[in-house]
Amino acid sequence: MSVKLPIYLDHNATTPMDPRVFEAMKPYFLEFFGNSASRNHSFGWEAEKGVDKAREQVAKLINADPKEIIWTSGATEGNNLAIKGVAEMYREKGKHYITQTTEHKAVIDPFKRLQRDGCEVTWLSPDKSGRVNVDEFKAAVRPDTVLASIMYANNEIGTIQPIREIGAFCKEKGVLLHTDATQAVGKIPVDVEADHIDLLSFTAHKLYGPKGVGALYVRRKNPRVRLTPIFDGGGHERGFRSGTLNVPGIVGTGEACEIAGKEMAEETKRLKGLRDRLHKGITDQIDYVTLNGHPDYRLPHVVNLSFAYVEGESMLMAINDIAVSSGSACTSASLEPSYVLKALGVTEDLAHSSIRFGLGRFNTQEEIDYTVAKMVKSITRLREMSPLYEMALEGIDPSKVEWNASSGEHH
Amino acid sequence: MAYSDKVLDHYNNPRNVGSMDKNDPNVGTGIVGAPECGDVMKLQIKVDDKGRIVDAKFKTFGCGSAIASSSLATEWVKGKTLDEALAIRNTEIVKELALPPVKIHCSVLAEDAIRTAIIDLKTKRGEAVPNLGEGGGHATSERAMETLRGQMATATVQKN
Repeated sequence: MSVKLPIYLDHNATTPMDPRVFEAMKPYFLEFFGNSASRNHSFGWEAEKGVDKAREQVAKLINADPKEIIWTSGATEGNNLAIKGVAEMYREKGKHYITQTTEHKAVIDPFKRLQRDGCEVTWLSPDKSGRVNVDEFKAAVRPDTVLASIMYANNEIGTIQPIREIGAFCKEKGVLLHTDATQAVGKIPVDVEADHIDLLSFTAHKLYGPKGVGALYVRRKNPRVRLTPIFDGGGHERGFRSGTLNVPGIVGTGEACEIAGKEMAEETKRLKGLRDRLHKGITDQIDYVTLNGHPDYRLPHVVNLSFAYVEGESMLMAINDIAVSSGSACTSASLEPSYVLKALGVTEDLAHSSIRFGLGRFNTQEEIDYTVAKMVKSITRLREMSPLYEMALEGIDPSKVEWNASSGEHH
Repeated sequence: MAYSDKVLDHYNNPRNVGSMDKNDPNVGTGIVGAPECGDVMKLQIKVDDKGRIVDAKFKTFGCGSAIASSSLATEWVKGKTLDEALAIRNTEIVKELALPPVKIHCSVLAEDAIRTAIIDLKTKRGEAVPNLGEGGGHATSERAMETLRGQMATATVQKN
């Protein structure tokens, strides 16, 4: 097999830039270097032209108006600006917020800050597949609810949320809906009108664009959403986000969005095929493998699997020529496994031995076949030396054994 | 994480992986750790009539350092008397494998596994169980061992 190693299967962390995006950005570093806010010369006009085109490209992908796109440094900033900006602006309306426990830290932590500042936050727990229950969501809404924030799709397990149903209800109740769509934009159809989304954040580097740039969609009518900016200054971006624009990055974001929109249908089909080939290839040959996330409502390029009876770190060591993410935080000297998997009710040991495979635009079938073979070989080898697998084969469920945890305490 | 060459060697070519008959009167079994902590070690020793360890096997669920620590432990106990094996200290394992501070618990578990196997063997043979006061901070998975013995007996009955 002539596969180039290592293989990159961590596309939920970041994606390589598409060479077409890189080409589109290039002139904006050396040739069209102007400040897009410079109104009185061609350097500024050229830069502004690039930014305007990108705004249209981004808006088109999510069915928004270009005027509703605010450039940011990425999804973390977008999430912070949406949540804190709304909280500050709508203080008179109320102080109740709704979100869920499996959000990204860039949503969780701004809400924790609001809580410290005296706001009330309802933290919804998803079901075992990672989906929020729409009825529970509806029950959580109160007359003083200002904003709900529910991610479009989860970064660890790929589960897609029922945003459209939630959006329709929010609209009816006059609650603003923010969605962290970092993992969804450019991967699956996202339509801010049909989904009734008021604020949406995403970043370019998850869809083959550059790092350090992203966008926040802020609805302009029905209702007109207002925000208190975090950055004060020159009043760029309708006053929502001051600071000279990252013109090459923005141009790249636009190009990445245009490519994603054009190629989404075909790419989804191809990646889903490869992903299912990976999943089936592994489960056909190894037992005690469980899928984390929803079998159907799931991003087409993500599969998160737990391998019972093997430990996470040694598993990653065995497949060190494949770049993936793990639900274990063991290597960072903290023993806490993924809070997302824990929220789904996945036991700690299974959370530690989970792997997220995130496929992407440039992965090949050969790479997937190599990964399957490597996984099967590594898991088999590790299980041959696993006392837990031995117990399982003897008919003893290790989870029913009363372990004396103190001896395994990490010091 | 950067592992030492010795850890990598034991991880890639573990010595003495396997199991021996738990019911053999000359075999002592030690199981320590817990799955939710990320490490479970099973270490078995077999003695000859003179009480010298003639064989050792291990199975470990754990990180590379845990696998290496238990693999090394099986190498070291072979040929030793029970008392000599009891004298093996986790610090020696740390030194030999150049374990980083966050992995010291792996060596502690390996030491516990050796002791637990020896206690199991001595208990089986009706011999006095050594006082392990010195290592008191690291309780063995005696409760897990007992549960297991019970369950394994049940499992065996069910199989027959």
